[in-house]
Amino acid sequence: MNLHEYQAKELFREYGIAVSEGLSASSSEEVIDKAKSLNVDKWVVKAQVHAGGRGKAGGVEIVDSIDKVKQFADKWLGKNLVTFQTDEKGQPVNDILIETCTNISKELYLGAVIDRASQRLVVMASTEGGVNIEEVAENNPEKIFREEIDPIHGPQDEQSMNLSSSLGLDDNQSMQFREIFIGLTKLFLEKDLSLIEVNPLVITDEGDLICLDAKINVDSNALYRQNQIASLRDPSQEDPREARADEWDLSYVALDGNIGCMVNGAGLAMGTMDIIKLHGGEPANFLDVGGTADSKRVAEAFKIILSDENVRAVLINIFGGIVRCDVIAEGIVEALTVMGVSVPVVVRLEGNSASKGLEILEQCELNIIPAADLQEAASLAVKASKGEI
Amino acid sequence: MSILIDKNTKVICQGFTGGQATQHCIQCIDYGTNLVGGVTPGKGGQIHLDLPVFNSVKEAVNETGASASIIFVPARFCKESILEAAEAGITLIVCITEGIPTIDMLEVKVVCDSLGVRLIGPNCPGIITPGESKMGIMPGEIHLPGRVGIISRSGTLTYEAVKQTSDLGFGQTSCVGIGGDPIPGTNFIDVLQLFENDKSTEAIVLVGEIGGTAEESAAEFIQSNVSKPVVSYIAGVTAPKGKRMGHAGAIIAGGKGTAEDKFAALEKAGVFTVKSPAEIGKGIAEVTGW
Repeated sequence: MNLHEYQAKELFREYGIAVSEGLSASSSEEVIDKAKSLNVDKWVVKAQVHAGGRGKAGGVEIVDSIDKVKQFADKWLGKNLVTFQTDEKGQPVNDILIETCTNISKELYLGAVIDRASQRLVVMASTEGGVNIEEVAENNPEKIFREEIDPIHGPQDEQSMNLSSSLGLDDNQSMQFREIFIGLTKLFLEKDLSLIEVNPLVITDEGDLICLDAKINVDSNALYRQNQIASLRDPSQEDPREARADEWDLSYVALDGNIGCMVNGAGLAMGTMDIIKLHGGEPANFLDVGGTADSKRVAEAFKIILSDENVRAVLINIFGGIVRCDVIAEGIVEALTVMGVSVPVVVRLEGNSASKGLEILEQCELNIIPAADLQEAASLAVKASKGEI
Repeated sequence: MSILIDKNTKVICQGFTGGQATQHCIQCIDYGTNLVGGVTPGKGGQIHLDLPVFNSVKEAVNETGASASIIFVPARFCKESILEAAEAGITLIVCITEGIPTIDMLEVKVVCDSLGVRLIGPNCPGIITPGESKMGIMPGEIHLPGRVGIISRSGTLTYEAVKQTSDLGFGQTSCVGIGGDPIPGTNFIDVLQLFENDKSTEAIVLVGEIGGTAEESAAEFIQSNVSKPVVSYIAGVTAPKGKRMGHAGAIIAGGKGTAEDKFAALEKAGVFTVKSPAEIGKGIAEVTGW
């Protein structure tokens, strides 16, 4: 789950991490009121969407009059912002963050992420802030400094000092950096985050450190114990089909092709997409029905897959381990009967109770094409999607 | 021969009396697993599936002499359960449960490593030594005792590799699903080493997927440490960047962890790669001449 910048900055404040003074608002009037209440004559106004690249897309501006604050609010509230990270429709802007301006002397980078290789929380810092950090990592890896946080002992002062000195901070800034470093790791661990990114962390003209941007991703698996964070979820930023799938504990990702996929297991689901492509087709989605699929969830999965108008054929690939193929087969028959599905459905069942499942499919009188193995299933689905069977 | 478990391994189950655990323990017992009891706090003294139930792992270990535990408890209790098993003297823990917060795993991993405990998973199908013992949720009947060692990050893709090697008559020595989470208890390299040391394993299948750099590390390890032929398939060539594909670990971040990168690294290490999940068995035939 992702948070908005304004939500992330609220959390930063809670953990004593320095950010600009700022307020969020969701209507033009409120934007103006909040801008006035900041008591300055220059503001940074930022459209709040779950995507990067907002600046280049016009979603971030520095303005020097209340009129211009209003113009910005009117321009974006209720509209969609398209950036290089969004699809062509963009993401809806429902909130604007209004902040005081900062005079930037230097831009740095600070991030925290669970590093799989070291199996630790790693805090990363770089003197190359404000730019695409992935390019820095690729071309100048020596400019990224890392400290691994010990899960038992937590962040250490020495680690903060190491990063400060790599960043070339003076004594005062190093003290400020320590607050940010400790606050950031504490926030990460206490709130079950999966990523924090501050790009840029700036040194102001006055020589102080301030986090100008804040990006937070949350570990969805931990939401059960993070009520505060869970309440920050913004469904308007999510693909409606993906959100609906989530409610049913289905894992769904929309893609551009025309062959709908329903598979059990994430790996096999990706494998199924791959083999469709190898046979000259294009998958319309990734969908993992999970390990405990019952007929209701199969029916729901069908609805989600078929709500994509591009779908010309559906490929169901189930290798029953936990799930029983006969249960899946019942779900398929039920869903197809109720929904009156018009596209051809290719089904491959293997493993747990597969023969019972196939029996159920054979006895029904629906447009179901059984396949003996994965290879055949892919080939049939691609042909079906092209209207060749 | 086999790795990790055989017919003599004494196994207990944590979360024993729960629905999923019960269903899968019945199948494990049917398969031949030497299940000697289970743990459900508060239900100690009861009999479940004709086996004793204990309140704690410590008690279970003392009474049964078990060395291995399979965990089915809900995600929110897994950290506690794994640590309990590790501290009670269990040396092999298989955690099936999915959805464990990653931060819980940071500590679990450190403790298991320091105690010398082998943790498989979480979020995995488990392990099986065909014809002898199964600690997992995989369908037993697709397996065949034989010569191929299988390691995979994915559950159902493992079954795919198993079925193909069984259909061709090669069979498996052992199969290990290490799980799809960002911090698995056991990684590819650990299992590759075990298969390299296992005399009866003649060839290895490694099934990977997008995300992270575990496959790249495995490739490096194979190049200098594995003498047996390895066949590999990586899932997710078609996966878009920045999208999490079901498994918490399967996400292409910042252009890293793509299937192409992984295929390239493995090929450079002399691994025979297949681009279709349906050709894993064929790949083994190709590299071994069987």
